[in-house]
Parts: sequence; C-alpha cells; structure tokens
Amino acid sequence: MKPASRELTYAAAIREGFAVALERDPRVLLMGLGVPDPKGFFGTTTDLQKQFGADRVMDMPCAENGMSGVMLGAALNGLRPVLNHQRLDFAMLSMDPICTQAAKWSYMFGGTMKMPVVFRMILGRGWGQGPQHSQCLHSWFAHIPGLKVVMPTTPHDAKGLLIAAIEDDNPVVFIEHRWLHHIKGEVPAGHYTVPIGPARLARAGSDVTIVAFSYMVLEALEAAEKLAEHGIDAEVIDVRSLRPLDQSLLLASVAKTGRLVVADTGHSTAGMAAEIIAIASESAFGSLKAAPRRVCFPECPTPTSPTLSAEFYPRAGHIVAAVRTTLQRPPHDDDLLVPAGAELDKPNPAFTGPF
Amino acid sequence: MLATAENPVAASAGISARLLESMVRIRMVEEAIAAHYPEQQMRCPVHLSIGQEAASAGVCAALRPDDLAMSGHRSHAHYLGKGGDLPAMIAEIYGKATGCCQGRGGSMHLVDLKAGFVGAVPIVASTIPIATGLAFADRQLKRDRVTVAFLGEAATEEGVFHESVNFASLHQLPIVFVCENNLYSVYSPMSVRQPAHREVWQLAAGHGVVSHQGDGNDPLAVYALARAAAAHARSGQGPVFLELKTYRWREHCGAGFDNHIGYRTEAEYLAWRERDPIKNFERRLKASGEFDVLRHEQFKARVETEISDAFAAAQRAPFPAGASLMNHVYAAS
Ligand SMILES: Cc1ncc(C[n+]2csc(CCOP(=O)(O)OP(=O)(O)O)c2C)c(N)n1
Ligand SMILES: [Mg+2]
Repeated sequence: MKPASRELTYAAAIREGFAVALERDPRVLLMGLGVPDPKGFFGTTTDLQKQFGADRVMDMPCAENGMSGVMLGAALNGLRPVLNHQRLDFAMLSMDPICTQAAKWSYMFGGTMKMPVVFRMILGRGWGQGPQHSQCLHSWFAHIPGLKVVMPTTPHDAKGLLIAAIEDDNPVVFIEHRWLHHIKGEVPAGHYTVPIGPARLARAGSDVTIVAFSYMVLEALEAAEKLAEHGIDAEVIDVRSLRPLDQSLLLASVAKTGRLVVADTGHSTAGMAAEIIAIASESAFGSLKAAPRRVCFPECPTPTSPTLSAEFYPRAGHIVAAVRTTLQRPPHDDDLLVPAGAELDKPNPAFTGPF
Repeated sequence: MLATAENPVAASAGISARLLESMVRIRMVEEAIAAHYPEQQMRCPVHLSIGQEAASAGVCAALRPDDLAMSGHRSHAHYLGKGGDLPAMIAEIYGKATGCCQGRGGSMHLVDLKAGFVGAVPIVASTIPIATGLAFADRQLKRDRVTVAFLGEAATEEGVFHESVNFASLHQLPIVFVCENNLYSVYSPMSVRQPAHREVWQLAAGHGVVSHQGDGNDPLAVYALARAAAAHARSGQGPVFLELKTYRWREHCGAGFDNHIGYRTEAEYLAWRERDPIKNFERRLKASGEFDVLRHEQFKARVETEISDAFAAAQRAPFPAGASLMNHVYAAS
C-alpha cells in the first residue's frame, strides 16, 4: 500500500524524517548546538528530544571540531549519528574530521570499516547574515572523494534524502538552504528514501536546460515561467545530489536543448556550476549550440547591508537574462527589475528578524 | 582613559563616576537599539549587552587608549567601552555607507582602529587566537601594549581557545582574556556544555595562566581585577584570564525578552535583575555620598542627545551604492 501523502513544510519534512529514522533504528542519534532548544532548529527538531529522550537527541558544547571527531568514533563504534549545524559556516571549524578523516576512512583502511555519519548544515541568507553566516561552500565538500553531498530542494526530497543519508554507510553532508524551510510540498507519511545520486527533472522543456542547485531551483522555476511568457520553453533540472553527480539526466537534456544555463547558490570560480559545464563540454560538446552561462554569486564575500546583498544575490531575472544570451536574444530592461516594496532580504514573508 | 573627543564619559571624573557613566551610556545605547529594532530598519541580527555592562566598563577603564581589544557576536558594549565611535556603530547596524564597515558587516562586525578596537566577528572564539596574535606581535616588536580578548563562556569550549591560551602562556604574551560567563550559549545552559565540578577559570589555570573569577555585575570589582591583570600582562609576566559572572537580560539575539520560551525561568531572570549592575552601583555611590545627582542627570541628558543624533544621522545616511559591491575584496596596495 502506498503511504498517504500530505502537504508539509520543508522544515516539518526534515523533522518527520528524523522521527522516522529515530523510530526505526535505535542506533540513530541527533547531536548539535540547540538541537533540543525551544526554537527547534528552525522547526526541524521541535520536540524530538521529548519524543525520543535526552540520550538520543542531544545538545553539545560549542566545539564543532572536536564533536565532529567524536561523532566519527561513535559512528565507527555502533551509532549512526547526525551532527547538526545551524550554519554551514560553523562546520568550517571541522574540516579535518569531515574531509581528512571521515571521507578517507573506508579507503585508507582498505574497506575494513564503515563511517555512517551525517553532517547537516544550513546555508544562511538575508537579514544581515553577512560575511560569516551565509557562506555557500557546498562545492568544497563535493570536491572530496569519500563524501556524499546532497542539497534537497523539495520537502519530499528533504525527508527522503535525509533518511537515505542516515541509512547510508558513508559520511554524507546534508545541506539545506534557510530559504527553503517554509516551502510546502507533498510528503508521503512514514518511511521512504530518495536515493542519493539521481537528479530530478523539475520542469520539462525543449529550448534551454537550466541546471540549478538547492534554493536556486525555485528561482529557476520562476525564470522558466517568465521565459514561457516570451515563448521560450525551459527545462529545469534540480541536481539535489552533488556527489555522486547524475550525468545522464544532464547530458540527455543538453542533447535535447543544446543550450545550458547553470544557477548555483555559491561562487562561480571552482564551483559546482563550473563542474556542470565541464561535464556538458566533455560529454555533449557536439550538442551545444551556444556557450553555457553561469548564474552565481559575485566574487566577493556576502555583504550585510540590504542594498549590497540585493546586488549580491542572483534572482530569477538573472537566469532569464542568461537564457536570453544563450539564445542570442537581446537583453530586456525589465529582467532585473525589482518590484516596488519587495524585501529581498527576508527568508519568507512572515519573517521579522532577528535570525 | 575612556574619553574620546566625542565620548561624553569624561576622563577627568573619579573612577566611580566614570564606571557608572560608562555603564549607563552602554545601557542607553542598547535600549535605544531595542526600541528601534522593531521598525525593521536595522536588518541584521543584534546581540545586546543589557545586564552585562559592568564587564566592559570595568575592563576598559583599566586600559590605555592605545591598548587593543577584540570581541565576538555580543560586542556593542566592548566597542563602546573601548571608545568606539557611536555614530559609526549605529550607522553600521543600519547597513549604511557611513557605518564602521561601510555596511559590509552589520552589528556582528564592529571595528574602530582609532579606539584600539581591532574587530569583532560572530564565529564563536575566532577572535581569541587573533587577539593572541596581536599580543604576540606587540611582544615581538617590543611595544608595551596590552590586548584584551572579550569572550563568552561558550567560547572556552572551542579548541582554539585552548590552543591560544596555551600559546599565550608559553610565550608569556601581554593579553588579558575576559570571559563573561552569563550561564547560557543561545538557549543551552551550562549543564549541557560543561562539567558542574569544574569552574570556567580553571581551564585557563590549567594552561598555567593566572586566573580569577569575579562578580561581573560589580564594576569596581571588575576594574580592580582588570587593573591588576593589565599591569601583570604589561610588565611581561604573561597572560591573565578573568571569568566574570553575569547575566544577559534580553533574548540571545534580537531586542525582545525570551524568558517565556522555556529555556530559563522568569524567577532566575528576576533574581539577576535584582543584581542590576547599574542600579546597585548607583545605590552604593549614594550610600557613600559619591553620587552627584545633578551631574548624573546632566550626563544622561547629554548621552540622550548623543544617541538621538547618532540614530538620526544613521537613518539619514545613504546606503552603500550597489556599484561599490566589489570594493575591498582585496586590500588596495
Ligand atoms: C563556531 C560557532 N558555533 C556556533 C555559533 C552560533 N552561536 C552564536 S552566538 C552563540 C552563543 C555563544 O555563547 P557565549 O560564548 O557564552 O556568548 P553569549 O551569547 O552568552 O554572550 C552561538 C553558539 C557560532 N556563531 N559560531
Ligand atoms: Mg554565554
């Protein structure tokens, strides 16, 4: 029997994924600063400690580096831990345990051990998150053999990939964008997984392929709507798994459309968009009718001031403009127009600060 | 000491009056931020120091103007105490071009090099090694300056705290680590982060550093500890660690109160409000006949004007131009 499906927010889907995993497997453990606190980690861990007990849903010292290593030992020795970070920036303190230890463990010990650990990180944006609370460094992790890296966009994939990540015997970096937490979508009840690897066709189209990551999938879908008004039929691919990376959907799409725009929530230099374009160039060069385009962060840190951050973050209009370029069509003045009264620095309309 | 051209806390006053005025000024600035924050024009997280003013006032009064300080996410009090420019701070929180970081940083990234405030950043504990490096350079270059690293008690849980204190102890660096222990890290109490049978100051003592615990709500006690610490560090005898017990009144981040959400009790909060560093110090000064009512009222009136001018200027100031986005990624050489 197919499990019932209903609308949940992305945050509620994450919470449900945790509840399912904790329920099914007594080895699963949640750790992280503020995981049991009253704000519930943006609503993604609310009341889990009440439900599953303080020895399975735990707060921790402010010690990201050390605690990451502790989670590795726990994973080697019978637990399946998830270490939660409210910002990816905080996980930067633990690059050694994640990249130099966990990622190598299976390989360097000749396959004698498994490392079933999940590092969960949230990408910040808006309301002055600024230079140190909004870095999007997913490409760093995607660079490392031995890690798996996922960035789900829909509530359905958030829950399914979270459970898959917890059930995986390898270290998985699970990255959420803060601006996805309030997004609603169909989520099946109970246990299910979304396999780590395959990309998702978010919208079928024939004129241009837009490959997007995480929150930028929403901007890409909005861009596709705008493009449709101009008679341009865009296909949108939600990458959702950065490592392993699904080449087949990408290449099939580029073979069909011959045009490629990549929208990433991150910098362009040495980033994921560059990787996607490299794959298309190596394996679908003959299909390309125009140079691919990247829509990424400018090459500067995230500024705090609302006027500067409005300038910093690419939007649907930037994707529309990039698509026009690949189609050799003239730019439109109103592509980058910001509607009067739009507040570009809020994660959702209900947000009033402070974090 | 505390006084700058713009700062109305007068250097000439006696130490008690100066401590009181420094605390009152910090409180008035933070209250003004709290009052304006709901207008949604300060579009960045703010971490207010209300309730914790004595630490900054007492420590900064013990420093020379050319001494250095760094801090973390909760840095308004430290910046102001060290003599940081108020209008530049308020403008920064408003994201304006006239802010101390030209709008690039916001509340969590204050800087005023003229005042010796070398910077604050919100990654917990990250300025501790950098402050240690400032002290290392001063020692190498034979300057007799002291650096203060302001930190919260949660920062002592990070590895870099221990790595830095070990290095400072090894090289007997001229640095004072000032730890404001306000019992919480966001909503996490000490009980889920540190063992109950060990005090925070003992961590630094374990690294061979002279360490003291004091009442962080008593500005005179803080001042006495900080004076001795600065003298010790300046004379080449090595670093000092001060644990100052205190309490944050408002929510961890933002302008409101959060005692109702369940991580701490209203009773605990009210007990700490009884220990208000300002009210209690005022009472003490009154009892000892050191409180000059007229002077104090005049001082508060001046600060009120200073603050409303700073807010008005910040609100009027231009936002940084979009075209300036790429400025300062690299230093101009
Ligand atoms: C490395 C890192 N981990 C986590 C955070 C999230 N965070 C911001 S403030 C804070 C609390 C720090 O507590 P404490 O040092 O005691 O300072 P207080 O807020 O009590 O003044 C935390 C955990 C962070 N900014 N940096
Ligand atoms: Mg604290």
